[in-house]
Amino acid sequence: MTTTTIIILIIAIILVISLISMYNRLVKLRNQVKNAWAQIDVQLKRRYDLIPNLIETVKGYMKHERETLEAVTKMRAQAMEASGITDKAAAESRLTSALGQFKIAVEAYPDLKANKNFLALQEELTSTENKISFARQNYNDQVLFFNNKTEIFPSNIIAGMFGFKKEIFFEIEDKSERAVPKVSF
Amino acid sequence: MWEVIRKNQRKSLFLLMLMGVVLVLLGYVIGIAIDPEGGFVGIILAMVIYFIMMIVAFSQGKSIMLRMSNAREIKKQDYPQLYNIVEEIRLSAGMPAMPKIYVIDDPAPNAFAAGMNPEKSVVAVTTGLLSMMNRDELQGVVAHEISHIINRDIRYMTLATVMVGTVAILSQIFVRSMIFGGMRGGRSSSGNKKGHPIMLIVALLFAILAPIAVRLLYLSVSRKREYLADASAARLTRYPEGLASALEKIAGSTRDLKVADKSMAPMYIANPLKPKGQRLRNLSSTHPPLNERIRILRGMGKNSSYAGYQEAYQSVTGTSKGIIPKSAVKQA
Repeated sequence: MTTTTIIILIIAIILVISLISMYNRLVKLRNQVKNAWAQIDVQLKRRYDLIPNLIETVKGYMKHERETLEAVTKMRAQAMEASGITDKAAAESRLTSALGQFKIAVEAYPDLKANKNFLALQEELTSTENKISFARQNYNDQVLFFNNKTEIFPSNIIAGMFGFKKEIFFEIEDKSERAVPKVSF
Repeated sequence: MWEVIRKNQRKSLFLLMLMGVVLVLLGYVIGIAIDPEGGFVGIILAMVIYFIMMIVAFSQGKSIMLRMSNAREIKKQDYPQLYNIVEEIRLSAGMPAMPKIYVIDDPAPNAFAAGMNPEKSVVAVTTGLLSMMNRDELQGVVAHEISHIINRDIRYMTLATVMVGTVAILSQIFVRSMIFGGMRGGRSSSGNKKGHPIMLIVALLFAILAPIAVRLLYLSVSRKREYLADASAARLTRYPEGLASALEKIAGSTRDLKVADKSMAPMYIANPLKPKGQRLRNLSSTHPPLNERIRILRGMGKNSSYAGYQEAYQSVTGTSKGIIPKSAVKQA
């Protein structure tokens, strides 16, 4: 073997290794996106589970708020059915704002605040919504990392060759988020 | 987040090494003072004491701390809200495992974190804190404590505490044996091979000054880490006002923590022992002044990122120097 062939061989090996590592990096990032999504999903499901209990508990107190309660139930059903991240995000936004209306309505019923069961459910709902928003932030961060990798040279070549598609951000319009004055119930 | 941790470790390592140099020098000087050829023995002695103490601290530190403070572990059904809040912050910080949660029966509002790594960590709060804080405030406090864990402050502060302890022990042994044993030795074995008298004075001076130097180094780092944990807490909760208002309530409380010990002070959210005299407070405190921490957090407004904290820190303290590594500010 001449020196030239050795050099060419070494360059080829380095090239192959770097291609493999770029590919692996992309796979790892995509898995992180999936994992982050799973964490949101757990919390969304937790919220679906809490809502019927909550409605059941408050129904006796809030006789004049049938519409508000029905809206929450309806939006919950829609959100559960929605598939695909864009549709899901839209449905979740509607559910969140229906729950926001509900929280405002609760204010008019001081009796509820003495109900231990309601207080416990309220704490769970608050916590679950915080978790959704933290998990969402984490998910969006992961999507950003992944999408950057699929666009930036040279890893974009590998992404194109093996069909790594850009992931979608999960944006919920949360009108009750803490940047605005809070409504605590 | 990672950038902060890496920067932290580099800086911390440097300061630890500086403290280590003081320790080795102290061992050497003491050795020489006792016997002209004893410098090396002195160093070995210092190292042995340090390693024994370190092993104890690393293997038992967490349980010693929990036992000293009479903390008891709780489950979700005991304190659902506290449990929920810890879970929220864990999610926000992306921690691999849920920290164990402990409650301390004490009316003084305070909290601490323990554990060398994020996989096996502990968060403890007092019942006083639980009864005094609303949900957002409690969340701020918990986020501050969890920040100490993910920023690896606990590991570093344990190493540093042990260093301070070793230097203190060595100095005390030496100074005492000089005062008591030294005089006796002077009478009985005056003809024997003895350390040089000038060397003795140098060693004595060094033994008195070394603990102070090491302690000041330690305190400056401890305070810096409090600022950083505040910044991380704001970022994790995205609501700096929660922690600010919690600190305000803590500042307003005049109780001392019953179970507090000086060696554990840097682990708490606020200095558990209120300084008796106010004079040297800034230099001799493990924590930055509460009102300054509150003003910085309030100065962040809606920008709860590291950059927001940096800006607020600079405008409150009136310096252009940053408290957070520049690369971390840019990244987050």
